[in-house]
Amino acid sequence: MPSWFTRTAVACAALFIAALVFVALAPYEKDMGLVQKIFYFHTPSAWMFLTAGVVCGISSARYLANHSPKLDRLAWASAELLVLFGAIALVTGPLWARKTWGVWWQWDVRLTSSLLGWMIGVAYLLVRRYAGPGSDKLAAGLALFGMANVPFIYISVNYWRTIHPPTSVVPKLPLSFGVPFYLSVTAFTLLFVMLLRLRVHLEEQRARVDSLYLSLDE
Amino acid sequence: MSVLQTIWLIVRKDLTIETRSGEIAFTTLFFAISCVLAFAFALVREGKPPEDGGAGVLWIAIMFSGNLALGRTFERERQSETLRALLLAPASRPAIYLGKLLGLMALLTAAELLLVPLVAYFFQAPMFRHPFWLTLIVVAGTMGFASVGTLFAAMLVRARSRDMLLPVLLYPLTFPVIMAGVRGTTALLQPEVDYALVRFWVQLLISFDAVFITLALWTFESLMTDEPR
Repeated sequence: MPSWFTRTAVACAALFIAALVFVALAPYEKDMGLVQKIFYFHTPSAWMFLTAGVVCGISSARYLANHSPKLDRLAWASAELLVLFGAIALVTGPLWARKTWGVWWQWDVRLTSSLLGWMIGVAYLLVRRYAGPGSDKLAAGLALFGMANVPFIYISVNYWRTIHPPTSVVPKLPLSFGVPFYLSVTAFTLLFVMLLRLRVHLEEQRARVDSLYLSLDE
Repeated sequence: MSVLQTIWLIVRKDLTIETRSGEIAFTTLFFAISCVLAFAFALVREGKPPEDGGAGVLWIAIMFSGNLALGRTFERERQSETLRALLLAPASRPAIYLGKLLGLMALLTAAELLLVPLVAYFFQAPMFRHPFWLTLIVVAGTMGFASVGTLFAAMLVRARSRDMLLPVLLYPLTFPVIMAGVRGTTALLQPEVDYALVRFWVQLLISFDAVFITLALWTFESLMTDEPR
C-alpha cells in the first residue's frame, strides 16, 4: 500500500460517517419526504460518473496522440470508476423515480445519455479484459468515439420531453439541505480521487513487475 | 496513384470477390429476411402489426445484418492475412478505410433494397409514399452505422474474441444513429408528415456521419499502426 493510503482512507471514512449523520439530521422535503434523501448519494455519484467519463475520454484522446502508458493507465482506472459510480447513480435514480414519477424508468435525456455512457464504459472494460494484445488502442478509440457521441445523444433525446430535475436546483439549496449535500459531495470526491490514484498505482506496479520479468529473461 | 483510384480499386476488389462467391451477400440477405420474419411472428397479432412498429423493425434488422456483414467482411481479410497486405501496400490509410466503407455500404444497400419492401409488406407500413426522404434517412443512417463499424471491425481483426466484441463495441456507439433513424422513419410513416421533424432527423444523421467519418479518417492511421516495441 502506498504511504498516503491509510491517511486518506481514514479521512474518507470520517467524511462519509459525518455525511451520514448530517443526512439523517436533515429535514424532510415537504413533497417527497424520505425518498428525497437518496439525492445526497445519487447526485454526487452521478457527478463522479461524469468526471470519470471526462477523465477517461481526454486521457484516451491524448494517449492516441502520444502513446504514453501513463495516460493509458489513467484512462483504464477512470473507466472502472465510471462503471462503479455510474452503477450507483443508475440504481439510486430509479429507486427515487418509482416513488416520485410512479415509474422506474423514463426515456429522458439524462437517463438515456447516462445509460449509454455507462454501457460504453462497460464495453471499454470488456475490451480491456478480453481483446488481448492491442486492446489499449481499441479501448482508446472506443472512449474517443464515446465522447463524440455525447452531444448527439443529448440533441436527439432532448427533442423528447424531459422530467428529470434540472441542475439549477443545486445552487438554490437552503442551508439545511446544502450542508449534508456538500459534505456528501466532498466525501464522494475524496473517494473518487483515492480510488483513482490507488488503481493507477496498482497498474504502475504491475507494469514494473512485467518489465522486471522481461529483463530477467534477457 | 490518386486517393480516388485507390478507393475505387479496393471497392472493385471487394465487389469482385463478392460477385464470384456471393458468400456475404447471400448470407446477409437471408439473415435479414429471417430477422424481419422473426419480428413479424413475434409482434403481428391476428394480422394487426403494432402501431409504428415497422420503423423499429427495419432499423433493428439493418443493425443486426450490418453487424454480421461487418464481421464476415473483415474475417475474410484476416484468413489469408490480406488486410496486412492491404496495409503494407503503398496506399494512404484513409483511402483504404474509405474503400472498405464504400464496399460495405454497397452490401448493406443491397440488403436494404430487400428489407424495406419486406417490412412494408409484413408490417403494413407505407414505406414508399416519400421515396426521396426514406432513401435519405436510410442511406444517412447506414452510413453512420457503417462508418463506426468499419473502423472497429478493422481494429478487431487482430483481437481475441472479435466476434463477441464487435457488437459489444458497435451497439452502444451507434445507438444514437439507430435512435435518429427510427424517429425519422416513424415521422415519415405518419398520415400527416411533419416535414420539419423529418428534416431535423435527417440533419442530425448527416452531422453524425460527418463527425464520425472525420474522426475515423483522423484516427484510422494511428489505430491501425503497430508501433515498434
